[in-house]
Amino acid sequence: MSDTFKLNIDGKDIEVPRHYTLMQACEEAGAEIPRFCYHERLSVAGNCRMCLVEWEGAPKPIASCAQTVGDMRPNRDGSAPNIRTKGDYVDKARNGVMEFLLINHPLDCPICDQGGECDLQDQAMAYGRAGSRYEENKRAVEDKNMGPLVKTIMTRCIQCTRCVRFAAEVAGVEEIGMISRGENAEITTYLEKSLTSELSGNVIDLCPVGALTSKPYAFNARPWELRKTSSIDVMDAMGASIRVDAKGDGVMRILPETNEEINEEWLSDKSRFVWDGLARQRLDKPYIRENGRLRAANWGEAFAAVKEALSVSSDKIGVVAGDLIEVEQAKAALDLFRALGVKSTDCRPAGAKYGTDGVRERYILNGTLAGVEEADMLLLIGTNPRVEAAVWNARIRKTWLWADLKVGRIGEAADLTYDHEWLGQGADALTNIRDTDFGKALASAERPMIVIGEGALCGEDGEAVLASALKLANEVGAIKDDWAGFGILHTAAGRVGALDVGFVPAEGGADTAAILSGGMKTVVLLGADEVDLSGLGDSTVIYVGSHGDAGAARADIILPSAAYTEMAATYVNTEGRVQMTSRAVQPKGEAREGWAIFRALSDMMGKTLPYDTADALRGVLRGAEGESTVFSGLGFAPGVRGIEALKQPMTSASTTLTSVSFGAVVDDFYMTNPIARASKTMAECSALASALDTPVAAE
Amino acid sequence: MALRRFDLEAGGDTFAFKPETEEKIAFWRGKYPAEKQRSAVIPLLWLAQKDNDGWLSEPAMREVADRLEMPYIRVYEVATFYTMFRLQPVGKYHIQLCGTTPCQLRGAESLKEVCKKEIGNPMYVTDDGRLSWEEVECLGACVNAPMVQINDDYYEDLTEDSFQKIIGKLKNGVEAQAGPQVDRINSAPEGGTAILTDPALFDGSRNEVSRLPNLAEEKEADAPDVSPAGKPEESAPTNTKREVPEKSNTGETTLISNKEKEELVGERPETVEVTADGQDDLKRIKGIGPKNEDALNELGIATFKQIAAWTPENVDWVEDYMSFPGRIEREDWIGQAKTLAEGGETEFSKRVDAGDVPSSQDDED
Repeated sequence: MSDTFKLNIDGKDIEVPRHYTLMQACEEAGAEIPRFCYHERLSVAGNCRMCLVEWEGAPKPIASCAQTVGDMRPNRDGSAPNIRTKGDYVDKARNGVMEFLLINHPLDCPICDQGGECDLQDQAMAYGRAGSRYEENKRAVEDKNMGPLVKTIMTRCIQCTRCVRFAAEVAGVEEIGMISRGENAEITTYLEKSLTSELSGNVIDLCPVGALTSKPYAFNARPWELRKTSSIDVMDAMGASIRVDAKGDGVMRILPETNEEINEEWLSDKSRFVWDGLARQRLDKPYIRENGRLRAANWGEAFAAVKEALSVSSDKIGVVAGDLIEVEQAKAALDLFRALGVKSTDCRPAGAKYGTDGVRERYILNGTLAGVEEADMLLLIGTNPRVEAAVWNARIRKTWLWADLKVGRIGEAADLTYDHEWLGQGADALTNIRDTDFGKALASAERPMIVIGEGALCGEDGEAVLASALKLANEVGAIKDDWAGFGILHTAAGRVGALDVGFVPAEGGADTAAILSGGMKTVVLLGADEVDLSGLGDSTVIYVGSHGDAGAARADIILPSAAYTEMAATYVNTEGRVQMTSRAVQPKGEAREGWAIFRALSDMMGKTLPYDTADALRGVLRGAEGESTVFSGLGFAPGVRGIEALKQPMTSASTTLTSVSFGAVVDDFYMTNPIARASKTMAECSALASALDTPVAAE
Repeated sequence: MALRRFDLEAGGDTFAFKPETEEKIAFWRGKYPAEKQRSAVIPLLWLAQKDNDGWLSEPAMREVADRLEMPYIRVYEVATFYTMFRLQPVGKYHIQLCGTTPCQLRGAESLKEVCKKEIGNPMYVTDDGRLSWEEVECLGACVNAPMVQINDDYYEDLTEDSFQKIIGKLKNGVEAQAGPQVDRINSAPEGGTAILTDPALFDGSRNEVSRLPNLAEEKEADAPDVSPAGKPEESAPTNTKREVPEKSNTGETTLISNKEKEELVGERPETVEVTADGQDDLKRIKGIGPKNEDALNELGIATFKQIAAWTPENVDWVEDYMSFPGRIEREDWIGQAKTLAEGGETEFSKRVDAGDVPSSQDDED
């Protein structure tokens, strides 16, 4: 039996793989098939009946989403089956389906948030009839509680069950279901409990009608009023593709864009709902602390104060870059401070031990995010992808579910939404892994993948952990000519980019812990808020950032910078993929882009940086003509290109491990950065999640 | 079917299976392999409902989910889908009243009135906790309509009166006799059996030695098509005034006649003793096939001469006996027989002699 099957679709001969559904075949032939329940990333339900097509000779119209091409038979004379996706027969069938779907659907489009981007609305226009013949009462369904993110108007539901399938299959939390039956069927969570998934917002995109809509966005805007800007998310180190929808100077919502290599078409709740944080707690003008109180100042005053603060010995200046720092700011800041002779610069607030030897392959995720789909074994060391890279976790789950990926994990026990073998809490487990069944299976696996998180690298012997994990990767065959199954899963969007520009202590410089321990006269925080500032003593603190958070509270001088939706900035994701955000709205008030602040400051300090525009700065990053740097190309992950570097053992560190245990990197998924902490929505989610986490007293 | 929701208040916080139920749980779980234990969800919910006074509380549902390691929502879906799971408290005696068409036609509506009067609205539990009722779809006992199910038993062939009596007994805590409430065994006729009542049917006395037509020593089987000259309509039975079951309409009449001999009209023709050598081949007469020949032989008619000598009364008798009125005359058996008896030949007999008429040959093969 051949692998392909011939069809005649609308008079056009086409040959498609046998595993295709008829719908895919029709689309291959260029026909448009309307659908509600079918979604290419979910299992087939076949319950909306909108995708009916005509199969010549078949007694009834065929639901094309549920018909596998390979199961079809040719015509009697052996010719390819004739499918028609247009014509009276099909039109009538779809028209009938549409009429039934609309029987119980309310006519409340004018007050519905889905209006203007509603599948039902669009398809009713295209395939439906002009008016209703239904004269009975429509059914009404009680609205359900699904938590602070998803608003429900269940009367609008057409029971496509996309949300049910998403929760069960992709998110891995079986929390949504369809209860009762027939006319009384309703979509709900169990006893209306809130969704606990980090991906729950995706059901809003999946819902083809206005039954599940965004609660924070409710009644905020109409889709046609919004300015849509494609950009990059910075809430985690994945760098998911997003679309920022703005109206006026406010970000109204954030939606995922399809990017098969990173986020498929999902987005984590933090990335999706953080936008209200972009309008709160903003630093919109420079501040100077006088007599213990911060007062608003202008840039001239602020720069004068900064100049004075930086006029101390360069040994007594420390610079810490935070999680959200963009490459341009890191580069400009680093260039300036190096010019000033400052050696103590660090972009690793949590103190992870990577990046110092300058070998890029030892601090990026060489295996790539999409690469996990080809892996057969996955070892997670000190990382919990469910909270550190929620969308990637869904991809791991997908591979576990459909491709039988075996997952092992070292670190704090956690529910990852898929079965995995918990190998131990800390370094001991890594030392002894070769003796375990999992370790043996890892060695015999075709494409094993080893991923280390910050949790394993922040301890005293973080470097040793990294070295021994690399050694293990080489030993078990995770590093081959065509397979780079070793890498680090970062949690901060700005980390890899900062490491790429070399934002680590220079020879003799202090690292974050040392900088913050009080020995410095002046400490510059580049959006670094997730650090312990209590040891700073009477150091002068200069805070450059977008949000008034821990750093700004301690700061003596505040220089306001733009947030990620307000500038075109370069970020490098955990795979080493260089990407750029776009400016969707203007920076708040007097805030400036980070690099521009340091360019202006360099003038004040008499060390003028050699670039006047962001483009010129990026030109410097890209390197001279003919030279190739990591910033030369946009949008690709190096993957196996770095294989030779990975084959070299780390000579700088021993591979002997103490029995340190790996802690969690992310305590609170919803509160990982200043923008999220400024968001009311995230606060609500966080409160709900911590209420769930609180152990219930034993019964 | 109204909206079905858990009665969370009445369900309390806890539920435990009765110790004796564990064995049944193990039985049901044992039917499914370890990774398919979810398949036991319906039996387990059913057992939980039984252990929880006839309804499924939310803790009971959770208990089932925990045991089968299922997400609560999945069990919730099942519990709300099947109306056999009741999510609100029911009385000690829960009446499920069938309201589907056959029962409705036979008076279920009036039974509903009884329920409403004696108990209250559907799913309302009487103050003493004894009774509750609901309307359900067909319970599959239409032959005993109208009927209700009370707990595990069917109460059938109800009337307002008999139903009221049952409810009255249950109200007082007296068990009522399940099954049909009229003089009837299961779904057998009311008042006892009306057919097959003759004891002789069952003592063997009716048995006769029957001869199967296709046994080896039998001369012939049912001949197939016997339309003599390829004109079926000619030999087709044309008269149906007699109430004789026709076995077929192929033209060949059957021997069956339930008539007693004395009822036959006309006069029995003269008979001879049939011997092999004194016998003519009656099949040479158009209209007489092997079967009719046998029948005539049995009557003692074996020669053309005999047939040629038949009087009209004889013809009537034979036709009556053989249940093909009018045919002898129509096919002119007597005329043919006269010719053949005189040694002559007819068109038909020539063809028979030449072997052209299959239906007129002795089928010895």
